[in-house]
Amino acid sequence: MSALTAASTGSTAPLGPFAEAVAAAGRAGELVVQPRMGFADVPRMRQGLHAVKAARARTVGTLTIDSYTRVGDNESARRALIEGTDLNGYPIVAHGPATTRDLTSALMGDGFAVQVRHGSANPIGIIQALLDAGLDATEGGPISYCLPYSRTPIRHSVEAWARTCELLASRPGTHLESFGGCMLGQLCPPGLLVALSVLEGIFFKQYGLRSISLSYAQQTHHVQDVEALLALRTLAGEHLAGLDWHVVLYTYMGVFPRTTGGALGLLRDSARLAALTGTERMIVKTPAEAHRIPTIEDNIHALEEASAAAAAYRGQSPVVSDEFGVLGEARALVEAVLEIHPDTGRALTEAFRRGILDVPYCLHADNAQRSRSYIDGRGSLQWHTTGSMPIPALLAPGRAQLRADDLLGMLSYTQESFDRAALVAGDQRDGTAALPA
Amino acid sequence: MSSVSSDSHTWNLVFLQLLLEEMGHEVINVGSCVPDELLIEECRRVQPDLVVVSSVNGHGALDGARAIRRLREQQDLRDLRVVIGGKLGVRGAEAGTYGPELMAAGFDAVFEDAAGVAEFRRYLAQSAIPALEPSAA
Repeated sequence: MSALTAASTGSTAPLGPFAEAVAAAGRAGELVVQPRMGFADVPRMRQGLHAVKAARARTVGTLTIDSYTRVGDNESARRALIEGTDLNGYPIVAHGPATTRDLTSALMGDGFAVQVRHGSANPIGIIQALLDAGLDATEGGPISYCLPYSRTPIRHSVEAWARTCELLASRPGTHLESFGGCMLGQLCPPGLLVALSVLEGIFFKQYGLRSISLSYAQQTHHVQDVEALLALRTLAGEHLAGLDWHVVLYTYMGVFPRTTGGALGLLRDSARLAALTGTERMIVKTPAEAHRIPTIEDNIHALEEASAAAAAYRGQSPVVSDEFGVLGEARALVEAVLEIHPDTGRALTEAFRRGILDVPYCLHADNAQRSRSYIDGRGSLQWHTTGSMPIPALLAPGRAQLRADDLLGMLSYTQESFDRAALVAGDQRDGTAALPA
Repeated sequence: MSSVSSDSHTWNLVFLQLLLEEMGHEVINVGSCVPDELLIEECRRVQPDLVVVSSVNGHGALDGARAIRRLREQQDLRDLRVVIGGKLGVRGAEAGTYGPELMAAGFDAVFEDAAGVAEFRRYLAQSAIPALEPSAA
């Protein structure tokens, strides 16, 4: 398999529908593409899932949960359903298991499955609801769904996720994805993203999961991203041996290009990255992203565009380099954390307390907040300061202090690069314009 | 600085903190997903000159209106200066302005969508909010 580490086939336990859908696509050499999608209204949600399944692409579906349900405020979600107020996702607890089962059961099979995406630091209620509805896959993690999205102390999140993993693992074939490779969406250097994803995978394994995916979000530099995805596979091969595992790439999660051409360029770039690195699954973004919450049609168009772009690079190999030292950095972080304590949950909690893990720009009270990152002249992500992490920083020249406008520039770096490229190419359509069918 | 109860986004908060600090203000960043009770508690504890609520998840108008009504029910916080800004509804700019209903609910100013940042800078520059020594450029 040249430089690519093959996903593990060592698992003897039968896979559930979600893991099986991804494995089947892998055998066919195809990238699985997946949207973010959540509507409170059941007929609209049903229409969305049907459209995803029918798309001209190898797809799995998504139920994205609304933010009331995510924080456990099911009462507000119920009231919104009764009053017909807009919600930003599917309230799986408020709708109840019968409604969700009725929504999804007819769609499952023929290589199609549905993952529940939520963002909760304490997801027990959501996990129970998805299991009761006959679903088998979700995502998150004790760090990745705590630090960026909640006020929950890490030790409470670790405890809640330990119980969550046990509950999920009690049902054979269930699959859990670590969101650790997506911290804050942008400006987190790849070494730390890879380390967090691997560490959460080890945590899931400790609590009984036998089918796991590790994530990584596309950042600012193609070669650095290739390094990161290959590092993730190498470390997964070492730490998740004997389990079913795969890698999931997220199309750039930061501020998105405003032009349709720029947005599609970035989407295709992520599909190329997935195809070259043997990544099995990818979560897409749409050209509507910079302007509004995407419609069903926006999502279908993005899925088909990504799938076609990936197919064009199938079988090709990436340029393998160690220019950015991502594997070394990730390995140093993983090993430093695992040395702290044999229990991965306690090791993670203590690592953040000591600043051995320190996520840049993360406001959570349990994050040391002594690390800072920046985008260098090559367009790659680098450390400005690393605090107490066991990895070196490369101070940005002439940038002792980071200002609000510097931050804005870095947050919109990718947006501006891809918009500029699209404008130069003569594509000046705005993402709000109607998309081609 | 604070978000509202259901909003987990933080880049808006990191940016506004850096902006406010550059303009010479001392910032306490309460962070994302702030329950109404915590916001009230922090206002009492910190006694700030200005409370900046920022939200971008689309529930800001709903959550912000509820939070400010609860805050204004507190005798001691009735005159506290509180402003809100960001992407406040799920339908984006097309939905028109949430300003009037949020002002009626008790906010002192509303800064909607991307254009709101420039308005907010002007508002800060023109306000009689005491600043520390401006930070060195």
